[in-house]
Amino acid sequence: MTEPLLSVRDLRVEFPTRRGVLTAVDGVSFDIHPGEILGVVGESGAGKSQTGAAIIGLLEPPGRVAGGEIRLDGRRIDGLTADQWRKVRGREIGAVFQDPLTSLNPLYTVGRQLAETIRTHIPMSERAARARALELLQEVGIPGAKDRLDAYPHQFSGGMRQRVVIALALCAGPRLILADEPTTALDVSIQAQITALLKRLCREHDTAVMLITHDMGVIAETADRVAVLYSGRVAEVGPVDDVVNRPRHPYTEGLMACIPTLHARPARLAQIEGSMPSLRAIPTGCAFHPRCPRAHDRCVAERPPLFENPPSAAACWLWAPNADRTAAVSAPS
Amino acid sequence: MTAPTVPPAPNTDDPAPLVRLRGLSKHFDLSPPLLSRLLEGKRRRVLKAVDGLDLDIARGRTTALVGESGCGKSTVARMLVTLYTPTAGDLEFEGTEIGRLSDRRALAPFRRRMQMIFQDPFASLNPRWRVGRIIAEPIRAHGLMDDTTAIRRRVGMLLEHVGLRAADAERFPHEFSGGQRQRLSIARALASKPHFLVCDEPTSALDVSVQAQILNLLRDLQRELGLTYLVITHDLAVVRFIADTIGVMYLGRLCEVAPADRLFAAPRHPYTRLLIETVPDLRAPDRDRKPMAGEVPSPLDPPPGCAFHTRCPLANDRCRTERPALRPHGEGQANDGGAVACHAVEERRLPAWAPGSMLVSGSNADRTG
Amino acid sequence: MTEPAARLDEDPGLHRVSRLRGALWRAWDSDILYSFRHSPVTIVAAVVALVLVGTALAAPLISPTNPFALETLDLMAAFTPPAWTPDGVSEFLLGTDDQGRDMLSAILYGMRISLFVGAASVVFAMVLGVGLGLLAGYAGGWVDALIMRVADVQLSFPAILIALLVDGVARGILPREVHHDTAIWVIIFAIGVSGWVQYARTVRGSTMVEKNREYVMAAHIMGVHPVLIAVRHVLPNVLGPVLVIATIHLAIAVITEATLSFLGVGLPPTEPSLGTLIRIGNDFLFSGEWWITVFPGIALVLLVLSVNLLGDWLRDALNPKLR
Repeated sequence: MTEPLLSVRDLRVEFPTRRGVLTAVDGVSFDIHPGEILGVVGESGAGKSQTGAAIIGLLEPPGRVAGGEIRLDGRRIDGLTADQWRKVRGREIGAVFQDPLTSLNPLYTVGRQLAETIRTHIPMSERAARARALELLQEVGIPGAKDRLDAYPHQFSGGMRQRVVIALALCAGPRLILADEPTTALDVSIQAQITALLKRLCREHDTAVMLITHDMGVIAETADRVAVLYSGRVAEVGPVDDVVNRPRHPYTEGLMACIPTLHARPARLAQIEGSMPSLRAIPTGCAFHPRCPRAHDRCVAERPPLFENPPSAAACWLWAPNADRTAAVSAPS
Repeated sequence: MTAPTVPPAPNTDDPAPLVRLRGLSKHFDLSPPLLSRLLEGKRRRVLKAVDGLDLDIARGRTTALVGESGCGKSTVARMLVTLYTPTAGDLEFEGTEIGRLSDRRALAPFRRRMQMIFQDPFASLNPRWRVGRIIAEPIRAHGLMDDTTAIRRRVGMLLEHVGLRAADAERFPHEFSGGQRQRLSIARALASKPHFLVCDEPTSALDVSVQAQILNLLRDLQRELGLTYLVITHDLAVVRFIADTIGVMYLGRLCEVAPADRLFAAPRHPYTRLLIETVPDLRAPDRDRKPMAGEVPSPLDPPPGCAFHTRCPLANDRCRTERPALRPHGEGQANDGGAVACHAVEERRLPAWAPGSMLVSGSNADRTG
Repeated sequence: MTEPAARLDEDPGLHRVSRLRGALWRAWDSDILYSFRHSPVTIVAAVVALVLVGTALAAPLISPTNPFALETLDLMAAFTPPAWTPDGVSEFLLGTDDQGRDMLSAILYGMRISLFVGAASVVFAMVLGVGLGLLAGYAGGWVDALIMRVADVQLSFPAILIALLVDGVARGILPREVHHDTAIWVIIFAIGVSGWVQYARTVRGSTMVEKNREYVMAAHIMGVHPVLIAVRHVLPNVLGPVLVIATIHLAIAVITEATLSFLGVGLPPTEPSLGTLIRIGNDFLFSGEWWITVFPGIALVLLVLSVNLLGDWLRDALNPKLR
């Protein structure tokens, strides 16, 4: 087994407010191996973006990493100073966000932004940096890259802008790319182009990708493994095929069942009653128990740890060793 | 609990469509001011958001318009609910031409029978009004009831009808979650006992587990109240679940109209096919799925001929110059009510449908393999 | 409070009291008051402003003398310095002016007039500005263009110049004897007219955002009359920033009035505002009777500063980005 590139253990992210401390991420653990795409899914408020922000040191104050550790290649990166972060972010971890315009400076040409970013991380001449910028634009599939080097971000379409942002994230040859909802703002036909690009880059450069999204379809076709978050906790983590087709956690099971598909037209969609609890009122025990059809006394009283049952792991008492699973998860057909 | 909220159910056997659109167009004039046109020689710029749309919306059924951003689907929705006045064409609602009515009083009886559900549950409810007042607004605006107690009772029933509590009328919108707000929006839409609901991206701002609740609710309401829906969305999976008839739009025009089952079983227009092939599917993931090449051209400067020819693997010279008309597909018994606007279909150049068949190699940069 | 607790549920009156208490607690606990409780500067400013406004309003009740009652004036007592100086008299805490008027009383009454003029012109400017801004933003088109061009033209002149102009025109067209009685209304009109643009611009901007919101569209689809939509839906949602502008504008209006009165085009000496007092005192500043101008000056500074600080706090507290 290879060493993980990124290893997150018991990560806890808190937002102190005047009405008490809100725990946005509560004991999240996962690994990403080199060349692997880890999908992180969850509904709004599940803590997926906060997890991502903690990993690249971009938590918005007053948010803070309150516990656990994040290791990149064995080196701890939680608790770095702002200066140290500048060397890690961009150099070792590249980032792609939902809105490409927030990552691009509207006043500089794309070529200049790329060249400057390259030169901040790797010492090289301006000429060489510009040549490298051109290579990058070609690599991310911008047609006529040579002519577009001196274009401004507003002269690109949404999909092309997102390609430029990906090129920007690739500047220093990072080993991990954090992509937070990279396709959400794009049209369906463009979404597929961007995910295909991410997959190709990952394979060709052995870059690991942490793909945060709410879209299970994108995860199913892009990720190798997937972590399902609920109320700031990992509900289930495992290979994408197992999690999608043989979900173990009742939440994952419900989530998969309620997603409409192109291939069938049911009379009704399965639905999970209620909605994700607010951070101010996370239930005791398993956070999912008020909505869970299989909840029992223990779920109300005690929070389940992540039970390893290879190939996947689920934080559910049904999967505790020696648990009676006769009434347990049946894979949806 | 529901008896008083049921409007006289529109006769679903009535063959006449509820809404009939013929050549419906909406053009927006985005020209620079007259002075800069004269001094700087700038040209007039007209955005043809919707350009000659023919569509029938059948009673008691769900018709959906799908397409990517800029295809004009939301503009159609807004013309239907009289937010926009059509530039040209006919808009018939329950047999009456309403597209050219502009007087508020003349429109009132039609407006009572149509309502809209919006995309953003956080912007569709006035944040300073209590829920009770929000839901009663259509009742008051149309003068359907005067008695305050009767209105309160009706609001309570509407709230329970959409799965909330009557006591929620006292609360403010910000006290509700996104899914609950969308229920409030639906309750308000039902308040004037409409026949026709226009749903503009009703679930795209919601989480999947909540989306399922709202889609089920919409379906239940349709069955109970005999409502006619027009659903506007970019999400093919949502369309697959909710729609009976589907219109696919590209750059202000319809490419294809077809019964839902047929559209997904045997799509005809190359754009429809590519769209279906491109969407990632949870149940049948294709990890080597090839994306559609190219991008949607600017609607300000659409390509000549068939607007899709720039991305179409079947395009020939005729497609580049001559705009295809929307023609009913098949004749007599063979016609399933579908229509398609494609020269390749007409010339029988269209290959047999098999998923993946349309993505011609060499057409794009990010092919895997 | 000897009632048994169980009675709470039975007695609707008591129930209402507890609901009111709940509402008060929520207000106290709200974000705005929280930020208030945690800003010492704001608390001090609020106390100062409250004391000044309170004493000004209660002037007829608490002031030692009535400075308008000419028969009580004693010319022999003119130019008495403040009480704590060697020549001071305890009867006149802050000394007297050239007429023998008690400065403390004059300041209290002057502040009353200053505040009245300030508040009235703010209300006038607010009604005018909010109304025009709402109209411009909601109607759009040429109505919008017309209103906003007028606003632009007006903005290119200093407010004080416009007030001077209005005042001059009023003096020209109104007969002398009427002018005396109308002076205060003319000045309110002048300050109000010179200040509406900011309200109009802000309200127009938020109206243009708000009118494209889906709840406004929903009302439109229901066929609600546009005027009702503007008043019931849009107006309540654009008033937040107006409150901030109004507070800061109050300080500006008080200063503008003082400036006009100081220049002699404001309120007549028979109805002395703080500005009039400063102007009168200014003549005696170099002959050693400093108190006649300094004390009204201090009162003016305290009033304007405290109101301004309150306005700043309100702006920050209502800005969601800073919370």
